[in-house]
Amino acid sequence: MNIRLAAESLHSCSGCEISLLNIGEALIPLLNRLQLVHLPLLMDHKYSDPAGSETEISIPKAEIGLVSGGVANTHQLQVLEAMRKSCTTLVALGTCGTHGGIPAMINEWPMADALQTVFSTVTTEPVDVPNQDTPPMLDRVYSLDEKTDVDIFLPGCPPDPTIIARVLEDFLDGLTPEPVTKSVCDTCPTRRTGKSERKLLRFTANARFDSNESTASMQCLLEQGFLCMGPVTAGGCGHQGEPACIRARVPCRGCYGPVRHQDNQMLGMLNGLVSQGIDFKTIIDRKSMLRFSGAHGRLRPLKEKKRAS
Amino acid sequence: MNTTISIEPLTRIEGHARISIDLDEAGNVADSRLHILSLRGFEQFICGRPAEEIPRIVTRICGICPWMHHLASVKAVDACFGVKPPPTGALLRELCQVMAHINDKILHFFFLAAPDFILGPDADYSVRSIMGIVRADPELANRVAAMRKLGQQLLEEFAGRAIHPVAGVSGGFSKPMTKEERQRLQQGCRTLLEFAVFALTYGRDEVLNKYQNILQTLGRIETGFLGTVDTNGAMRLYDGDLRLMKADGSFTDFAPEQYKEHIKEHVENWSYGKMPWADSWQEGFSMDLDRPRGIYRTNTLARINICDHISTPIAQEALEEFRDLFGRPAQGTLLYHWARLIELVYTCERSLELLADDRITGDMIRHNVQPGAGRGVGHVEAPRGTLIHEYTTDENGCITSANMIVGTTHNLAPMNMSVRQAATDLIKNGHYDEGILNRIEMAVRAYDP
Ligand code: SF4
Ligand code: SF4
Ligand code: SF4
Repeated sequence: MNIRLAAESLHSCSGCEISLLNIGEALIPLLNRLQLVHLPLLMDHKYSDPAGSETEISIPKAEIGLVSGGVANTHQLQVLEAMRKSCTTLVALGTCGTHGGIPAMINEWPMADALQTVFSTVTTEPVDVPNQDTPPMLDRVYSLDEKTDVDIFLPGCPPDPTIIARVLEDFLDGLTPEPVTKSVCDTCPTRRTGKSERKLLRFTANARFDSNESTASMQCLLEQGFLCMGPVTAGGCGHQGEPACIRARVPCRGCYGPVRHQDNQMLGMLNGLVSQGIDFKTIIDRKSMLRFSGAHGRLRPLKEKKRAS
Repeated sequence: MNTTISIEPLTRIEGHARISIDLDEAGNVADSRLHILSLRGFEQFICGRPAEEIPRIVTRICGICPWMHHLASVKAVDACFGVKPPPTGALLRELCQVMAHINDKILHFFFLAAPDFILGPDADYSVRSIMGIVRADPELANRVAAMRKLGQQLLEEFAGRAIHPVAGVSGGFSKPMTKEERQRLQQGCRTLLEFAVFALTYGRDEVLNKYQNILQTLGRIETGFLGTVDTNGAMRLYDGDLRLMKADGSFTDFAPEQYKEHIKEHVENWSYGKMPWADSWQEGFSMDLDRPRGIYRTNTLARINICDHISTPIAQEALEEFRDLFGRPAQGTLLYHWARLIELVYTCERSLELLADDRITGDMIRHNVQPGAGRGVGHVEAPRGTLIHEYTTDENGCITSANMIVGTTHNLAPMNMSVRQAATDLIKNGHYDEGILNRIEMAVRAYDP
């Protein structure tokens, strides 16, 4: 059977595609089993005939479509719609696609203000925001499922190569990928003592640990007083036997999004902190707990909220 | 009848872009544009955040070179808070940066650029890709995939993450390097160096030399160059002074903090991408092919052109050969690929040099940091060019303003010019085909945008 694969990246950084390439040697047998029909980072399939009408976006039919990035302008929306039309199974690859990701942090500002800021930095000539042949921005950054039907959610910023490989292999073998149910903490070997700091610290000094020992001997970073988002973040980054950031002895910031798709990482974390008796008022920039999941209307411009209340 | 040719999406590049080429009534090129189609607004949304968090946020500007943004940002935050990393911390940061360069160069040359050369610019698009190479030369493809994996794995094992890293922290680095880690990295980097030397010979003899006819002509423009050197004029990637060279080879060196005295950014209303230009040359900005003004280029060819020498032996030898063949500064756009392979060798040699320094396994990796008000510039040489982050912070150490000049953007004006040059040269009397349009894209791909 010939399984065709199409891939696109929208409001993204290409990190998800790089993670796909990082599958390594196992990538080559995968590429041999799949027929790539559209993947702009790696191959030259174009949207349309070069002399044809510019608005037509055509993407070949494919059994599986990977889309990374959220949606922030009209052009990205058209590409997403074309992908949905062409692909039997649509995968949201990466946290930008599943929850908005880092680019959705812009949702705390009206889009027009943000554009103004970008085009008025110290080194920029005084100009109007470009508006000719540049696709207009939407009012905010959307996740893919806010704009179309998504069949498989594959969060992670980026998803670990082993996760991407497994989903593709499962798909080729006709299996349905299993949804994540574990949190980052569930995959974390650090030592929990049950004793926590009462205040949260900024990460301006390193954690306490013995560098000659494994992370299993390090006290949990949340207990050490650092804001570690492990409890409210989907697991999966831990293929080396420990969550990726914990391996670097740095607290988790939540890049795989919430454990269950619809959960709110900030509310979950605040609840957790309160129940441990930690004074959450000591956190500067609380909203930053939504830095990976600001789509779905979770992050909004301040003014709008003031008006609403 | 006037027509507009539109190439979209540009492929085998990192970003999102489209080329439009306007033909006049006779079917010759009247105008062309390289449009950058999206914009994410990092300068806005990092505002108000604690500065020490920014190095973990701006990584998402680019998933291909996240280490570059991570470290330029960490340096800018250091400067805002008035702290410098201890020697071990600085060594660890530089090691990760040059190792990330290695991975990037393997990716670009073999996965993105090589299909045009190995399979040929006119090969059918369904073949002209890394998948085509997998079929045409499986042994090479396997070796490349293994090297890419090795490079990423080494970084990941040591620093936790290869894509969107977290180990660079204001004041230094988040974890020290153990003796065992050092040994593994040394071993790995030796393997990578061996591969780099192979890649340089293979790339030169088997790939680029076969394209002598277009190497110096496709997309060729005459510009200045920008890069980084140390006080001896040796090529540097992690730190040093900026060197801005004119097309005639004369240059000025300046501290990165002074970038605003030299560089401004031009905006065209048909692209979200800004175009940096050399304001300090006092000749204004123009992308006119015959009389460009204020235009300079960055990335590998620029760094190879501006440096007086390279501090590591094999790369220095390759630089001398390159200069004998193409002079200084070399202007041929496809020479970016050759320069990229020389840098690949340099980054492997430099990694081993850093790993040979005994201080790299020291315990003192991070100074304590006191958040506060300040202003700071951080810069590194990213694969795609000089990368500059500048922040200001308030008394809580939160960001109040940001300016970023990203590697690729320096080359936006030059890429527009190279597209114009290639299109004018190749499209005549309304005749063009897929091979010609791909050659125009090759002129862009050389810049690895
Ligand atoms: S999820 Fe992360 S890696 Fe993927 S596109 Fe978004 S920012 Fe990049
Ligand atoms: S809070 Fe952080 S350090 Fe603690 S167990 Fe969870 S992931 Fe590990
Ligand atoms: S530890 Fe948290 S922030 Fe780090 S990679 Fe895992 S999910 Fe992402």
